[in-house]
Amino acid sequence: MSLLPYLWLVPALPFLGAAVNGLLVRNRHKGLATAIGVGAPGLSLFVALACLWEFLHRPGHAPFELLLYPWTAGDLAVDFAFLLDPLSAVMLFVVTFVGFWIHVYSAGYMAREPGYRRYFAYLNLFMGAMLLLVLGNNYVVMFIGWEGVGLCSYLLIGFHFDQDVPPKAGRKAFIVNRIGDFAFLIGLFALFASFGTLDYDKLNMAILANLELARAPFCLGLSLAGFVALCLFVGAMGKSAQIPLYVWLPDAMAGPTPVSALIHAATMVTAGVYMVARTNLVYQLAPGVLLFVAVIGALTAIFAASIGLAQNDIKKVLAYSTVSQLGYMFLAAGVGAYIAAIFHLATHAFFKALLFLGSGSVIHGMGGEQDMRKMGGLKSHMPATYRTFLIGTIAIAGIPPLAGFFSKDEILASTFAGGHFVLWAVGLLTAGLTACYMFRVVYLTFHGKFRGTRDQEHHLHESPKSMTVPLIILAVGAVAAGWIGIPAGMWELAGTEDRNLFHHFLSPVIATIPGEGGTGHALSHTAEISLILASIGIALAGILIARRAWGGGRGVAADESIAKAAPAFYRLLENKYYVDELYDRLFVRPLARLARFCWKVIDTVIIDGGLHVVAFLTELTGDLGRFTTTGNVRQYALYFFAGALALFWWMIF
Amino acid sequence: MSVPILWYLLLAGALFAIGAFGALTRRSGIAVFLSIELMLNAANLTLVAYSRLLGDRTGQMLVFFALAVAAAEAAVGLALFIGIYRLRRTIDVGRMNLMRW
Repeated sequence: MSLLPYLWLVPALPFLGAAVNGLLVRNRHKGLATAIGVGAPGLSLFVALACLWEFLHRPGHAPFELLLYPWTAGDLAVDFAFLLDPLSAVMLFVVTFVGFWIHVYSAGYMAREPGYRRYFAYLNLFMGAMLLLVLGNNYVVMFIGWEGVGLCSYLLIGFHFDQDVPPKAGRKAFIVNRIGDFAFLIGLFALFASFGTLDYDKLNMAILANLELARAPFCLGLSLAGFVALCLFVGAMGKSAQIPLYVWLPDAMAGPTPVSALIHAATMVTAGVYMVARTNLVYQLAPGVLLFVAVIGALTAIFAASIGLAQNDIKKVLAYSTVSQLGYMFLAAGVGAYIAAIFHLATHAFFKALLFLGSGSVIHGMGGEQDMRKMGGLKSHMPATYRTFLIGTIAIAGIPPLAGFFSKDEILASTFAGGHFVLWAVGLLTAGLTACYMFRVVYLTFHGKFRGTRDQEHHLHESPKSMTVPLIILAVGAVAAGWIGIPAGMWELAGTEDRNLFHHFLSPVIATIPGEGGTGHALSHTAEISLILASIGIALAGILIARRAWGGGRGVAADESIAKAAPAFYRLLENKYYVDELYDRLFVRPLARLARFCWKVIDTVIIDGGLHVVAFLTELTGDLGRFTTTGNVRQYALYFFAGALALFWWMIF
Repeated sequence: MSVPILWYLLLAGALFAIGAFGALTRRSGIAVFLSIELMLNAANLTLVAYSRLLGDRTGQMLVFFALAVAAAEAAVGLALFIGIYRLRRTIDVGRMNLMRW
């Protein structure tokens, strides 16, 4: 029996869970809400794993298409269809697996929330939309999911709608994302107008059959491929928080912590990377835009990492770290290493979800406190959280053999091999910064003495099983996820054939343009090994610096001495380079002024005023006319005769 | 030798002017009504006169219709005045001024 035709159940189950929990279940039936809210993604994971198992055993991993509903309107044919190919298989696994464990964690973390049922309805809705995004076989289905996850992100950031900050953060996220979505749509329109289809497969064939059209000048001085690539990348900038549209992601931390883990670290924000990898043919045809992608990615990586050094809110550090790691992924995509980008996406999903859930566990234990200056010494109080968090930190720092090392190293190696030495240096520096600020978090949170209040200290406790079990599972993932993509150089060192499974699995997804060399890096294995040593070295250096500064119980004193040594620079970092303030001046306030002008002048004065004048004139003529209506019949008769006489006069003369 | 058409027209014009004057000046609804009848008959007279001048009977036929309609109208009109009188104890048209602002 083939299970693949049941692929539709994977997104359908969370949608169903969202509908049942959202519309039918009552708030007081908490057990039922949990059963549905966690059960639906659980079943979805089960079906997904079964489908993936079968997919892995298909000869040559042949893509599987599942047509659910053909839809046509004139020339526009958009099937509601799913596609399971190596790329969506990776995404499917990451989303369902990490998603399910975050649901389990949520049951513990959100246990005392009044909006418990609503939370699970939103979270399930998000899962459904995200799965739609990764499973669609054309850009329209992807876009439906794309907008769906945006909506859920908005709903979940503003989950505590009765507080001041979360709704504003939700709105900010939604609006910034809209800017990107607009460009994304324009890109899709351009694609459809030129090639007449939005189906991944057909589109790739149409482009390969008509390369001249794709390379022909289109607009803005770009070729068609360049224009489309740029538009789609702007869409990815919004969703995946790249400069200049990254500003919403740190604010999105106003949502509950599992939401930050699921949506704003592991899955939704990586949608842009997935989309770029999906569109790799177009990007390969637009080398200029590709370089732009790489530069933006590298800039974002180092920019966000440097901000992460000076943040005191544990979730803010992780948020900037996410922005930085997404920058890495785009750097990889930009140098043509799409597989490396997806690899880093997958490993990052594990260790960043782990880190976020760990921080959630800390916040839970601290009774809602997020300021690391008030933490410290939690190691002994929360051993499971500490150990898993440490694993996540080592993974993101890039120490072998944990997951982050392999993926980050592949990105750096590809950048180096592509000849982008400056970008490589930036990436390497970012790796050092990453190790440094992440270990700062560990030292400030778990080491030293407790700096909070007595009440908090008394309250400190390890989190319940429903929270620690997902932490342990994700920690295993953070350790082992990298082993599927061990680079060729290491295999050579071990004297066996190249078994970079991930690379071999995904390579059919990357299109090759006839008449052009492959994008594979031609790096000698010695060079590869030295690059590996360089990245391990810088990661260790970052850790040692963090240890010297914040370790040994020094804690916040280190921050204070840094602030004293370089006050201007520290303030700049602490205030996130004043980007929010800059945007406020440049865009928000002028737009608010424009809106105010539209309201106070155009609407109130011109439109309303014009209507008032017309109404006044009508009233005036009515007022004048009513003096003739005296009610005296003979007077009316006189008017009548006068009128008749006037008519005669006019007719005769 | 027949009466010249002008005489008929002058008579009809005089009747019409008297009727118009009466309709505009009299207060009593019945008197206004009578004046209107006078104007109507002035019109009838011109119709008959022209009919005779042109040797065409259509005009005379029209007059019969007009008379019949006038009779019906008189009946309805008088009934209305009786009704108004019962309601308001007067048929002074100057005091029937409900239809105004």
